[in-house]
Amino acid sequence: MSILINNETKLVVQGITGKEGAFHTQQMVEYGTQIVAGVTPGKGGQKDDNGIPIFNTVENAVTETGANASVIFVPPPFAADACLEAIDAGVDLIVCITEGIPTMDMVPVKEALDNSHTRMIGPNCPGIITPGECKIGIMPGFIHKPHGNVGVISRSGTLTYEAVHQLTEQGIGQSTCIGIGGDPIIGTTFIDLLSLFKDDPQTDGVVMIGEIGGSAEEEAAQWMQNNNFDKSVVAFIAGQTAPPGRRMGHAGAIIAGGKGTAADKMESLRNAGIAVCASPAEIGKTMANSLQSKMTV
Amino acid sequence: MKIHEYQGKELFRNAGVPVPNGFPAFSVEEAMEAYKKLDTDRVVVKAQIHAGGRGKGGGVKLANGTEEVEKYANDIFGMKLVTHQTGSKGKVVQRLLIEEASDIAQELYAGIILDRSSGKFVFMVSSEGGVEIEKVAAETPEKIIKEWIEPNQDLKQFQARKLAFALGLSGVQIKHAVKTFLSLWKVFKAYDCSLMEINPLVVTKSDEVIALDSKINFDDNALFRHKDIQEMRDLSEEEPSEVEADSFNLNYIKLDGNVGCMVNGAGLAMGTMDIIKLYGGEPANFLDVGGVANAETVAHGFKIILSDPNVKSILINIFGGIVRCDRVAQGVIDALTQVEVTIPVVIRLEGTNAVEARDLLKNAEHNFIVANSLADAAEKAVKATGEES
Repeated sequence: MSILINNETKLVVQGITGKEGAFHTQQMVEYGTQIVAGVTPGKGGQKDDNGIPIFNTVENAVTETGANASVIFVPPPFAADACLEAIDAGVDLIVCITEGIPTMDMVPVKEALDNSHTRMIGPNCPGIITPGECKIGIMPGFIHKPHGNVGVISRSGTLTYEAVHQLTEQGIGQSTCIGIGGDPIIGTTFIDLLSLFKDDPQTDGVVMIGEIGGSAEEEAAQWMQNNNFDKSVVAFIAGQTAPPGRRMGHAGAIIAGGKGTAADKMESLRNAGIAVCASPAEIGKTMANSLQSKMTV
Repeated sequence: MKIHEYQGKELFRNAGVPVPNGFPAFSVEEAMEAYKKLDTDRVVVKAQIHAGGRGKGGGVKLANGTEEVEKYANDIFGMKLVTHQTGSKGKVVQRLLIEEASDIAQELYAGIILDRSSGKFVFMVSSEGGVEIEKVAAETPEKIIKEWIEPNQDLKQFQARKLAFALGLSGVQIKHAVKTFLSLWKVFKAYDCSLMEINPLVVTKSDEVIALDSKINFDDNALFRHKDIQEMRDLSEEEPSEVEADSFNLNYIKLDGNVGCMVNGAGLAMGTMDIIKLYGGEPANFLDVGGVANAETVAHGFKIILSDPNVKSILINIFGGIVRCDRVAQGVIDALTQVEVTIPVVIRLEGTNAVEARDLLKNAEHNFIVANSLADAAEKAVKATGEES
């Protein structure tokens, strides 16, 4: 099993004819993702290079093809509207890749998500992959090891690939890997995904990659304690050496008013009994040890 | 993006937030002209830099009469102002604000930020104005009163009223505070602010509620729709190497260490800085070269890292996903024909075509130090600085 996506997921690509959208559609098709439709307003009725039918609206795409998930490659000024359109069309899952959406635009999107059954991953994220079954996003598929027992949740992109690579090198496969995004407002949090992994019998362990800014990691630590989360959890927090008051690339990665430091987050996680790596090079090894010690108990 | 106090007050004034009369001055002469125009005895001479704590550092002075104004304008203009936010190097004052002194009855605090947990903006006030709000939040959190702004809506009259009453205001003060709060939210929303703080927000002896300070940060992601705000950017307040990096679309932040880093992805860039520290070094910078690490971006990256004389070695850490490592390696090799690099360069490439990339680097003319893993790279880069720490 896996969470959120599998080989039955039917995907619509919003922004399929853009440069990014077209390139990654190709990559996802090659990985085996079932892409049933694309959307580019004004290009309805055409087909893309892979023969995927293009629609003018997400609603049309959903009605005609039964798509239940959407991935968004729409430029920042129009991306929030694209999210709202997908919510309105009633898809179960949105994966918003776009980086640079104004926060003011994301506030109503978050509200619309809260009032619907739709879940959104991102924005400003690499996406989600259930290795060997379905890839929705821009991550390199080949670094993953299919049908594994470890889930990965991360606020980062390439640092997630680093963690996945280390797991694969240790011979540890992944159940589902999710980049939740580096923005201040995101659709899905650590807690949302931890609770899904909690109910997934295939997942024995979870790698959590956080970073400076906000308090999502602290909240996740508290949640795991309160809910007796008994799977192996290994965490790394990026930005232990980041100066306060500076935005470290991601819009959400900033230590503001003395809050959101890596030290605070690491302490909260440790207090919740989670194995916290100081070094990003130790993630794979630490998970291997953790899984092994559980097995011998 | 940040702006100066006087620029923030101009936005406030235009939106109906009461602020003291005042004029910016770019020289002592202009300061004297501003004083004349204000046509009052008591004014405040305020240093304009992008950092808080200016008063404690000696950058804000109350002046009475021409002589004092001239003296303080002379003292402050050009001074190196050191505050808890500037670091020990301080900032040279190049702009002043000359503003009418206010009759202060009470100092309050008002601020608007995003509450990430609820995904809503939150309007905060406190009766503890004029002091560091972080301290209030840590020691007496009950003294900070909050109202959340509903999505697709504005701060409501009743919310502003609740805040005003909670502050202990009364009579005509309530009316004035409500108007000020509603107008502050209008500015915040209209210009896509990411943070707004008025500390102090002042109740005058004539019961007005005025903004005696303004601190505004804007959402960089929304600047594309605010050309007028972009024009307010003061590049002299920013690190020159960061401004240059920005012009090449590179995300660079200068730090104080000696190991330069070039990484793809913000999270991995932070992680690379962290591991350098774990191996006993100090990162010299944060640099995210983004998804396309080609010869041109790598060359710009080298130039910017090398503009910092403290850098003794460079660590390039690229995880090739969609971008192929052999292309990145070729980019690095080509970049070195454009830029002269005499300090050690440690390279770690992982992911797509990593093996081919390592062969390219080993056969290259430049003497790269090729690392096999992230830990190996950090260790080698720190060792290559030749400095024990």
